[in-house]
Amino acid sequence: MPEHNDIDHISGRSTTGHEWDGIKELNTPLPRWWILSFYATILWAIGYWVVYPAWPLFSSYTTGVFDYSTRASVVDELAGLEKLRGEKMAVLGKASLIEIEKDPGLLGLARARGKTVFADNCAPCHGSGGAGAKGYPNLNDDDWLWGGSLDQILQTIQFGARSGHAKAHEGQMLAFGRDGILTKTEIVTVANYVRSLSGLTTTANFDAAAGTRIFAENCAVCHGENAKGNQALGAPNLTDRIWLYGSDEDTLVETISYGRGGIMPAWSGRLDPVTVKALAVYVHSLGGGQ
Amino acid sequence: MSVFAVSAYVFFFAGAMGHDSAFTFHALLASAASLAAAGVILNRYYERPAQLPPAQINGRPNYNLGPIKFASVLAMFWGIAGFSIGLLIASQLAWPALNFDLPWTSFGRLRPLHTSAVIFAFGGNVLIATSFYVVQKTCRTRLAGDLAPWFVVVGYNFFIVIAGTGYLFGVTQSKEYAEPEWYADLWLTIVWITYLMVFLATLLKRKEPHIFVANWFYLAFIVTIAVLHLGNNPALPVSVFGSKSYIAWGGVQDAMFQWWYGHNAVGFFLTAGFLAIMYYFIPKRAERPVYSYRLSIIHFWALIFLYIWAGPHHLHYTALPDWTQTLGMTFSIMLWMPSWGGMINGLMTLSGAWDKLRTDPVLRMLVVSVAFYGMATFEGPTMAIKVVNSLSHYTDWTVGHVHSGALGWVGFVSFGALYCLIPWLWNRQLYSLKLVNWHFWIATIGIVLYISAMWVSGILQGLMWRAYTSLGFLEYSFIESVEAMHPFYIIRAAGGALFLIGALIMAANLWMTVNAQEVDQIQDARALQVAE
Repeated sequence: MPEHNDIDHISGRSTTGHEWDGIKELNTPLPRWWILSFYATILWAIGYWVVYPAWPLFSSYTTGVFDYSTRASVVDELAGLEKLRGEKMAVLGKASLIEIEKDPGLLGLARARGKTVFADNCAPCHGSGGAGAKGYPNLNDDDWLWGGSLDQILQTIQFGARSGHAKAHEGQMLAFGRDGILTKTEIVTVANYVRSLSGLTTTANFDAAAGTRIFAENCAVCHGENAKGNQALGAPNLTDRIWLYGSDEDTLVETISYGRGGIMPAWSGRLDPVTVKALAVYVHSLGGGQ
Repeated sequence: MSVFAVSAYVFFFAGAMGHDSAFTFHALLASAASLAAAGVILNRYYERPAQLPPAQINGRPNYNLGPIKFASVLAMFWGIAGFSIGLLIASQLAWPALNFDLPWTSFGRLRPLHTSAVIFAFGGNVLIATSFYVVQKTCRTRLAGDLAPWFVVVGYNFFIVIAGTGYLFGVTQSKEYAEPEWYADLWLTIVWITYLMVFLATLLKRKEPHIFVANWFYLAFIVTIAVLHLGNNPALPVSVFGSKSYIAWGGVQDAMFQWWYGHNAVGFFLTAGFLAIMYYFIPKRAERPVYSYRLSIIHFWALIFLYIWAGPHHLHYTALPDWTQTLGMTFSIMLWMPSWGGMINGLMTLSGAWDKLRTDPVLRMLVVSVAFYGMATFEGPTMAIKVVNSLSHYTDWTVGHVHSGALGWVGFVSFGALYCLIPWLWNRQLYSLKLVNWHFWIATIGIVLYISAMWVSGILQGLMWRAYTSLGFLEYSFIESVEAMHPFYIIRAAGGALFLIGALIMAANLWMTVNAQEVDQIQDARALQVAE
């Protein structure tokens, strides 16, 4: 052990007189700014405890001089928001869908409300611009499964499609192959027939007469004699060039064999009625509204 | 040994009874490991010398370096593994296709693999290695126990393997930084208690009258981690033959326990433990005395006392009662100076030796780590303030804050310590200081890219989420904020890549160091040359 009056010659300070594996310690006092800052943070903490809820008691806690609570401050903030947009939203709630579309002020409000709600709730399936994806309809075009009028769009958003809601759109395409209604050959034939309806090419040995017959017997019930679709059943128009799942032969064979039936949730219980209304106006104004 | 033989049989049986394949795999792994351990011990028994290794040779302590070498090599291995997975998941955030649509390569499973690999596997092995080294050297005595230190290092790494493979199989109890399931937790408990016993027993038989400051910090780290582990993890397994369990705590109490654990894992694993490293390796490398004994004692006790209260700042504006949030926040503020006490002691130890920073990149790494420590421990209390937290919480700012501490402080102080330790352990000269210099600069640039990208993206995120239009509607949708992150995620991944490259350079440097001639032989060779 070194002497107790061991001095470090570089700093001129004494050491504590201990040494471990060559390491000594200087007897430097605490830096003044350090200890003062430490005291300051302690004083600040004590002050904070006086003002805000801080220490637990037996069955309650010290509430602080302002009786602050996070819940109360959230209520305040929501009230502030209500004040900012409440009146305008009330007008929106009372106006009819047509009135909203005709009044530029209301339309702007509904679109502003609809835009963020759409992005946070609808975009995951329909895409951030509403352009859709395979199995998820494009909302910018004028081809509508369940109708493109304001009222129809509102209804679809409120109750959804095959959502389990009592008022939801129902209608299921049958699995013609899996359930043994059509043979594989018949399915390939009618798939080619469906392609021919919108002017797509067909395979060389395609039997048009058989295709027409199979379509009339099996498909026309829902898609209509002229294959223009039926919005009451959500049966798409097969004569246009807009395809929900794809128009190539393999996809069509899959569609006919196993059926289709995408699900859209009902939003009436999740979003408030005024917001759903604003959303309907927003979707209607995307480009394809009728 | 008979314990291992019996457990080999028991685990084999448990494996056969397992309800899920992950549990079966782990039980069989445990069985194989027990069998191997029994074999090794048996072998050692027959081949051992007549008695235990001597505590002293020629009046000097016969230090036990084997387990330390084992843990330091594994630290380097796990470090590179953990940084690589970090780089992968950072890239997944920038380019989601890198999830490959496979369950075991998805972000959700790899993220805990990354955090556990860097914190517990890399950091843990560095802590165990350095603590076993420092406690022997500063107590001038051989490590207590003969098998026990080996049991600690091998057992701990076996825990890492069980935990890590479990994550890949989807085995998790869904508590952040405490994901391993009940059986891994039980095993870790046994290993950790043994670790505590070895450390305490070594302290007790010390040849120095006083206990060196680094050892206070190591002991605080070991004791508190044991308490945290036991407090956070009590769980009831669905079956003793299955991996799934349910945590005893529920609701907001569970959340509070989780963040009491989570925050103090930072406080006692990543701070107290690594401060211990700082207190030994900086004075040793700088060849200067510790700046202030008084500061070390005051900031030690203040840090220990205050840290344990700060957990609730992870749960601001949640169901946690307001009074608990207040205590978490105010104690975090009071923690600021005690944290900085360590920084002052680390930096000021350099007084009289600042010139060494120019020539010694290892010392520079150690000192820069302390600077990052100071930065992160200022940022932490700031983010614990509720108003600041309302902006920073759930954003990348948190990720940036954690990484300035993790890469800058924990990473650099560990690298510095390993650059010292490996040559000492193997009695070699460090292969190349030039490569250390490259490592230092590449990694530093990586860290700066990482944390500045996360600051910008975090604050941007926070601002976008709270922006309202004049009509009173949210300005941005969530997906728009995600889109805005993209460039910063690329910069972050680039920063991570640089950090990884630095670590690879380090591994090569250490590899060359260990494979070189012993220092004594070099000196002999030089002596011969002079003679010619």
